[in-house]
Amino acid sequence: MMIGIARRLAFATALSLVAAGGAMAAGTLRIGMTASDIPLTTGQTDQGGEGMRFMGYTVYDALINWDLSATDHASGLVPGLATEWAVDAQDKTKWIFKIRENVTFHDGATLKAEDIVWNFDKLLNDQSPQYDPRQAAQGKSRIPAVASYRAIDAHTLEIVTKSPDATLPYQLAWFMISSPANWEAQGKSWEAVAAKPSGTGPWKLTGFVPREKAEMVPNTDYWDQARVPKLDKLVLIPLAEPNARANALLSGQVDWIEAPTPDMVPMMQGQGFTITQNEYPHNWTWHLSMEDGSPWKDIRIRKAANLAVDRDGLSVLLGGLMIPAKGFMPPSSPWFGTPEFEVKYDPEAAMALLKEAGYGPENRLKVKALISPSGSGQMLPLPMNEYIQQNLAAVGIDVEFMVVEWNQMINLWRAGTTDPSVEGAQSINFTYSIQDPFVGFIRHLQCSLVAPNGTNWGHYCDPEMEALFTEIRDTFDPEAQSAVLKKVHEKFVDDALFLMVAHDVAPRAMSPKVKGFSQAQSWNQEFSTITME
Amino acid sequence: MLAYMIRRLILVLPVAFGVSVICFLLVHIAPGDPLTAIMAVDATAEEQAAMRAAYGLDRALPVQFLLWLGNLVQGDLGRSIATGRPVAAEVWRAVQNSLLLAATASAIAFPVGLLLGFIAGYFRDSWIDKTVTSAAIAGVSLPNYWLGMVLVIIFSVKLGWLPAMGAGPAGSDGWAWDWGHVRHLLLPSFTLSVVPIGIVSRTVRALVGDIYRMDFVQALYAKGLSNLDVLIHVIRNAAATALSVMGLQLGALLGGSILIETVFNWPGSGMLLSNAIFQRDLPLLQGTILTLAMFFVAANLVVDILQAAIDPRIQRS
Repeated sequence: MMIGIARRLAFATALSLVAAGGAMAAGTLRIGMTASDIPLTTGQTDQGGEGMRFMGYTVYDALINWDLSATDHASGLVPGLATEWAVDAQDKTKWIFKIRENVTFHDGATLKAEDIVWNFDKLLNDQSPQYDPRQAAQGKSRIPAVASYRAIDAHTLEIVTKSPDATLPYQLAWFMISSPANWEAQGKSWEAVAAKPSGTGPWKLTGFVPREKAEMVPNTDYWDQARVPKLDKLVLIPLAEPNARANALLSGQVDWIEAPTPDMVPMMQGQGFTITQNEYPHNWTWHLSMEDGSPWKDIRIRKAANLAVDRDGLSVLLGGLMIPAKGFMPPSSPWFGTPEFEVKYDPEAAMALLKEAGYGPENRLKVKALISPSGSGQMLPLPMNEYIQQNLAAVGIDVEFMVVEWNQMINLWRAGTTDPSVEGAQSINFTYSIQDPFVGFIRHLQCSLVAPNGTNWGHYCDPEMEALFTEIRDTFDPEAQSAVLKKVHEKFVDDALFLMVAHDVAPRAMSPKVKGFSQAQSWNQEFSTITME
Repeated sequence: MLAYMIRRLILVLPVAFGVSVICFLLVHIAPGDPLTAIMAVDATAEEQAAMRAAYGLDRALPVQFLLWLGNLVQGDLGRSIATGRPVAAEVWRAVQNSLLLAATASAIAFPVGLLLGFIAGYFRDSWIDKTVTSAAIAGVSLPNYWLGMVLVIIFSVKLGWLPAMGAGPAGSDGWAWDWGHVRHLLLPSFTLSVVPIGIVSRTVRALVGDIYRMDFVQALYAKGLSNLDVLIHVIRNAAATALSVMGLQLGALLGGSILIETVFNWPGSGMLLSNAIFQRDLPLLQGTILTLAMFFVAANLVVDILQAAIDPRIQRS
């Protein structure tokens, strides 16, 4: 008798739990990320662009934020924790930032200029008690211009750069502000802060299980009331394996997944799932070696390769989930300009250029390229590279691939073309953000950043380009700076510096219950506008 | 018996040391850089060098090994480079999840495998034997990650009966034996049990078949023992080898399955190992491999002792 009652009770409990599990509270959005772990929660995130998107711009703010409100043009910078900023008219290395008033951290502390100084020390001053090697590893290289900083008063901050550098606002958009009071309250331990972080962002992290999930709730006191989230809760789930991610969406365990594979998209659309995509500052290229002995040093060969790639065919291979490159920047970029060299598919012109350079059917050009089987932002590197290999072979360029795992690929990218570890490869397929002048152009092409000092992998160095970079840094008027950036891009394309192939469109698949999401042309996205039906 | 157990326990020490040396060397030989996971991709050479020094990776390999070993004997597996969390806590959390999966898979696999094996062995060369053997071969041959994906498509995506991933409605924290949690366990544990069912049943089938052909079985029948009495003798003779096979299978299951845990996003030691490999997270990799190796050693030790208890000939040898 007792056993029978116990069984019925257990069954009733089970049923109620199923019901509770099956019907999520209205307003809870569950996202399957491609990351294998919850991004670092203390401020400066890891896990690349996904880390900043889900743990950076949600829980934290920068002094200057990215504008994520528009979908029809590339995101620009907008005031964040700084309401205004200006460079000193006399001394172009000195910047004054007005810090926003009445901003509180999630722990209740009020933001002051001293807190920004404290956060700079967190990344740049290894003698400070709050110095955090893990955050420094992620953030220090993002703010290379910063030489010194001080609080002038509670809401005025001075930053001095190493040399005049008008790209500083872009650099500061990477710099996430954590709460000093919370760090004190957590026993001055970043490990404790990781479990109970505090920023000023529109979302508060309420808890996380390492490698499994993180939960956030709206920060109703957020300083920008227009960006207070409408959802009740945001749940992040690391789901690195693409099939597991797709199955989680199809079975209703998550409402949204990042990066569905192109072959799954038609089926998902057929079942009523929404696929969102948009142009954003992402680039899929081959960097080319400009060292002596590299065939890519010859502009005719670089142009020939660029004319040999059938980008529209590649787009078909990817189910349309790419934008064919017309240059280094996406075609709608404000920095695209009007290059003379047209990046298009013209195999005859490619063969003519190769012939002019001394190559032909009897004397085929042989090159070696580093590629990876997977990797953050690499899209589908193996089939894409094999497609390009066939395109190049058709015009007389034989490509030998050196395939390395993604972690090692990053090391080889840092090592540069002359390092023995690349084993003579003259090209490397690498993808990245191109959202600001430094990460887009300068880091790949400046003479002083030749690898291993930076990521100028191909050892490119050109006085004319150097002069343009100096001009970018010396041009503090945004419109005038854009004009210089156009000149840089025109030169880039006209000199065919890289093999320009594609731009990702950041596909996302989501349940039709997800409403109010507009995909910005940015690596970061706005989650505050979303509701669940 | 006690002397045998002590002898076997002592032998664990050199095995553990050997495992620690091999796993340390293996993870250092592999190409890649553990700092890649925690540094921005465009970190300068100077920043990389500073970080290398901060994590002690600029020291000679023997020095790094001795430091690691010194900490290890004090029970400190270090901290994960990628996450900064203590390795012991990371491994313990994952191992608990894998243990849960392994125990459930074993609870399915061993009784079913033994039963099928005995039936097939008893009815050797009959249609029953052929059916069971075919099923066992299919179980061993089918890639279990493929089976897992098929099961997810059927039971999660199409029917919506069981979850496709995860270790519980709120993650693996706060596991409870209720339907909300158990339903997360069913698909991965069944998938994981298919290979051991095949292996155990095939082994037991061969054993039982061979034992039934032995002279002592004929003698037992000649003495007038019933079929059941003879079967008990056969089971006893087969038990030591069956235990050994199950011990190895248990060790493999305890180690977690990288593929199954990845397919079901089960936060166990296999998935932890996979992440550690891709991130070149040396402390986590070393800690996980060592822990899993120790599980194998422990499982073998328990099986050896059990075998000795069941079959006195093993002690004498």
